[in-house]
Amino acid sequence: MKIIIIGVGKVGYALSQSLSAEGHDVTVIDNNPKVIERVDNTLDVMPIKGNGFSTSTLLDAGCNEADFVITVSGKDEINMLCCLTAKKLGAKHTAARIRDPQYARELLLIKEDLGLDMVINPEEASADEIARLLTIPGAIKIQNFAKGRVRMMDFIVREDMPIAGMQLKSIAATYSIPILIGAVTRQNELIIPNGDFRIEAGDSVFIIGKTADVFSFSKILSPTPTKVRNVMIIGGSKIAYYLARLLEQMHIRVKLIEKDEAMCEQLAEDLPQTLVINGDGTDAALLQSEQLANVDGFVSLTGSDEENIIASILAKQASVQCIMTKMSKNHCDQLTGPLGLDIVIKPQEIITNQILKFVRGQSIETLHRILGDEGEIIELIATADDPIVGIPLSKLHLVPDVLITTIVRKNAVVIPTGNDSVQIGDRVLMITKNHINSFKDIVVSTGGIASEFKNSIKKLGNVIGM
Amino acid sequence: MNLKIVLRSLGMLLVCECLTLLVPTITALIYKDGDLSSFIFTMFILLACAIPMLLIKPKDKNIYPKEGFAIVAIGWLLISFFGALPFYFSGAIPSLIDAFFESSSGFTTTGSTILSEIESLPHGILLWRCFTHWVGGMGILLLTIALLPSMGMGSMQVMKAESPGPIVGKIVPKLGSTAKILYGIYLCLTLLEVVCLMLAGMNFYDALLHSFSTVGTGGFSNRNISVGYYDSALIDGIITVFMILSGINFSLYYFILKGNLKSFWKDQELRLYLFILSAATILIMFNLLYTGYYDSVGTAFRYTSFQVASVMTTTGYMTADYNLWPMFSKILLLLIMFIGGCAGSTAGGIKISRILIGFRSILYSFKRIIHPKACYVVRLNDKKVDSQTVMSVTNYFFVYMFVFFTGVLIISINNFDAATTITSVIATLNNVGPGIEIVGPAGNFSTFSDLSKFTFSLLMIIGRVEIYPILLLVLPELWKKN
Repeated sequence: MKIIIIGVGKVGYALSQSLSAEGHDVTVIDNNPKVIERVDNTLDVMPIKGNGFSTSTLLDAGCNEADFVITVSGKDEINMLCCLTAKKLGAKHTAARIRDPQYARELLLIKEDLGLDMVINPEEASADEIARLLTIPGAIKIQNFAKGRVRMMDFIVREDMPIAGMQLKSIAATYSIPILIGAVTRQNELIIPNGDFRIEAGDSVFIIGKTADVFSFSKILSPTPTKVRNVMIIGGSKIAYYLARLLEQMHIRVKLIEKDEAMCEQLAEDLPQTLVINGDGTDAALLQSEQLANVDGFVSLTGSDEENIIASILAKQASVQCIMTKMSKNHCDQLTGPLGLDIVIKPQEIITNQILKFVRGQSIETLHRILGDEGEIIELIATADDPIVGIPLSKLHLVPDVLITTIVRKNAVVIPTGNDSVQIGDRVLMITKNHINSFKDIVVSTGGIASEFKNSIKKLGNVIGM
Repeated sequence: MNLKIVLRSLGMLLVCECLTLLVPTITALIYKDGDLSSFIFTMFILLACAIPMLLIKPKDKNIYPKEGFAIVAIGWLLISFFGALPFYFSGAIPSLIDAFFESSSGFTTTGSTILSEIESLPHGILLWRCFTHWVGGMGILLLTIALLPSMGMGSMQVMKAESPGPIVGKIVPKLGSTAKILYGIYLCLTLLEVVCLMLAGMNFYDALLHSFSTVGTGGFSNRNISVGYYDSALIDGIITVFMILSGINFSLYYFILKGNLKSFWKDQELRLYLFILSAATILIMFNLLYTGYYDSVGTAFRYTSFQVASVMTTTGYMTADYNLWPMFSKILLLLIMFIGGCAGSTAGGIKISRILIGFRSILYSFKRIIHPKACYVVRLNDKKVDSQTVMSVTNYFFVYMFVFFTGVLIISINNFDAATTITSVIATLNNVGPGIEIVGPAGNFSTFSDLSKFTFSLLMIIGRVEIYPILLLVLPELWKKN
C-alpha cells in the first residue's frame, strides 16, 4: 500500500517505522529539515520536506495514488486541512489526529465534509484505556475482542498470588475456569508458554477467555477484590480531563491536582463532580494532606515524565494499590521496571495501535501489541478464501510462534483443541510474534514445521487441562 | 455622571407613565365617577415636566452602568411621586405622603395600603391602583424600552439595574425585542387570568383588576377584604395558580414558546421554587390541622396553598387571617417572605437564585477548610457563575440585612410591638404587603407616622430595584463629572 504520513513527531515516527517494516511504501512529509534528515538516516521511507497542506507537496508525495494519508502533525486545524486537501487530490482514505476536546465533541457533525475516514484522539483513547484498567485492579492492560465477548487481561504476578510458582498445567487442574494463558513476558522477553512452564513472581501474564471467566479468574488472583472508589489524578492535561469525565460517569470520586491556576478553574468548570486542587503533584506534603494513602487508584498524567515518575514513587511509598504513570518518551522502558512502576501508559503506543489496525484493513478487527513491537494479539474474521477454513487445527501447518487462542462463533466462544476447526464467519484471536495481515500468513505451504504446530496444540491442551 | 442622558431618559420614562395613565383615564370616561379631571391634570403635569427633559441633546449618548443605576433609582422615585398625584387630586387620599406611600406600594408591587375603606372609591382610581402593580411588576423602564425608541447606546445597563435577580441577560439579540417578548408573555398571562376569572363568575372589571394585581404579584384589590370577598374555592384556586406562575422567571416561558420544555423543567431555580412552595404548604397544613385550626384537609389545603403562594410570590392577597394561625405557621410564612420568587419574575424578596448561589458559595467555603487548595466553581444550571457574581450575591445578603435593620430602627420610633415593627419592614422591603399584628391581613399601615410612611415607601422602592441603585444615589462619586 502507498501511505503518506504528514507530521513526524513521536507518533508519526513510530507509525512510519511499523508500516515500512510491514512492507508498505511510506512517504513522510514534515516541515522541519532536522526531522526529515533523521527519518532519512534511520528509516526505509521517502522523506519530503514541505507543507502538508500544499497541493504541490502532496502531489510530489503521490497523493493522487495514495491508499492512505495519515496526518499526525501538532495542530488539529492543519491535520483537518491536510486531510481535506488530500481527499480532494484523490487519496483513498484519510485519518487525522484531533486532540482538542472542543473539536472532538463537534466532529461527528463535520467528519464527512472534511473527508475524514478516521479520527484519532490519542488523549481520549488513552483515557479510555486507563479507565478500563482502573476498574479491574491488578490488571496492566485489558483489551476486549469480538465486541466485548472475549477479553484479554495482562497482569503482573505478585508473590502473594496463588498462581505464583505454579506450572500452567497445574493451574488448569486447580481452577476449572476455561481461560487460556496465551503469553508471558519475563525480563523483556515474550514467551508463548507450554504446560510445563512455571509462572514466577514478576512475570507479566496475558490471559484470554470469555469476559465473565476472565473476571472470575481475576478474583482468584487477588483474594480481596477492592473496587476502585476514589482516584487521584496528577496533572490537568487533556487525558486527565477525558479520564475524569469517564470516571465521573462511573460514579468514581476523582481528585485532580494541577499546578496552573487558570487551568484548575477551567477544569473545575468542566468537571462538576471532580475535586480540583491547585497545587504541585510532586509535593509530598500536599499529597499527604489530600489523603494519598486512602486512594484506590493513582494516575500521574502531567506533561513531564520526570514529574510523573516522582509522583508515582510517592504514591508507591504510600502503598497505593493501583498506580499508573504516563510516559511520553520511549527511552524510559528500561527505567520503569527497577522503579517499580507497574503500569505505564504510552499515549503514542495506544494510537499507533489504533492507526495500524485501521491501515491493515477491514479483516483485522482488533489489534493489540505486547511488549512494544515484539508480539501482537490480533483478531481476524475467516472468509471462504482462507486456507484454514474447515480443516481441524491438528492437521494445519502453522508458522512458528503463532497461537490460535480463541474462536468466536455466532453465540459461542470456543477455546480450541486439535479437533476444532475454523468456520466461515468465525472471529479468530491469535497471539503471534510476526506481523500478520491475513490467515494466509500463518499457514506454512510446505510441510516441515508440523512439529512446531503440534507443540502449540499441546500447549493449548495443557493450559486448558485436556 | 452624564446628567444629560439621565435626564433625557427620565423624560422618556415620564412620557411612558403618561401613556400608562391613558388606561385609568378611559375607565374614568366610561364610569364617570368624577375622577377624570385628576388623571388629565396629572398627565398634563407629566408632559410639562417631560418635554423640556426630552429637548436636552446629550453629546455622549452612551449609558454606562452608573447612568443606568441613576436612571433606575431616580426613575422609580419620580414615577412613584407622579403616580401618587391622581390619588391626591381626586381626593381619594387627602395627604400627599399617604398618596406617595400608596403609589410606591402600587408600582413596587407591594400591596401595602393606608386605606381601610376602598370599595367606595371611584372606578378609575381603583383601576389605577391595580394597574400600577401591572406596570411596576415587569418594570416601567423595561416598558419604556419596549414602547419607545432606544434610549441610547447601552440601554442594557438600565435593564440590568432594574430587572430582579443576580444574572440578567437578553433572550434575543435585540434588547427592544427582548423587552417586547417579555411584555408579550406578561400580557398573555394577564389576559388568560382575566378569562379564567370571568369564567369562574367574576365581572370583567373585577377580573381585570385582580389579574393586574396577581400577575404583577402586587396584592391590591377593589374589595375591602381582598379575595376573601368572593369566598369561592374556584377563584382562590385560579389566583393561586397565577400567583405561582408569576413568581417564575419569565424568560423560562420563552423556552416553552420555543418548544424547549426540557430546559424549562431542568431549571434549578424553578425546581427549588416549587419545592419550597410545596414543602411550606405541607408543613403549614399539618400545623393547622394538628392544632385544630381547620378540621378538613380540603379547607386546610385551600387556605394554606393560597396564603403560601401569596406570601412566597410576595403578592399579598389574603383569604384567611394568618395572624390567628399558630406561631410555627406564622414564622414559616415570614421566612418565605424573605426568599421571594425567582429572578426575572415579578416577585420580590431576596430571590431563589441568590439563595442557591449563596448557599453553594457557603458550602464551598466550608469545603475549602478541608481542602485548602481546592478550586471550586459555583454553578447554576450546570453553568459557571463567575466569582464576581458570587461575591455580589454574598454582599447583597449583607447589604440587605443592613437595610433591613436600619428600617426596623426607624420604624421602632412609632413604639409599636416588636411583631408589628419587624414584620412591617419585612413586608415592605420584600414587596409582600401585609405583615402580622397591626399590619396583618386584616389591618393596614394608616396608623404609622409620616416619617415611617416615607421610610416604608423608600424601603419598598429599595426592595423593588434590589437596593443598589437607591443606595448608590447617596454615594458622592456617582454625581461627580469625571
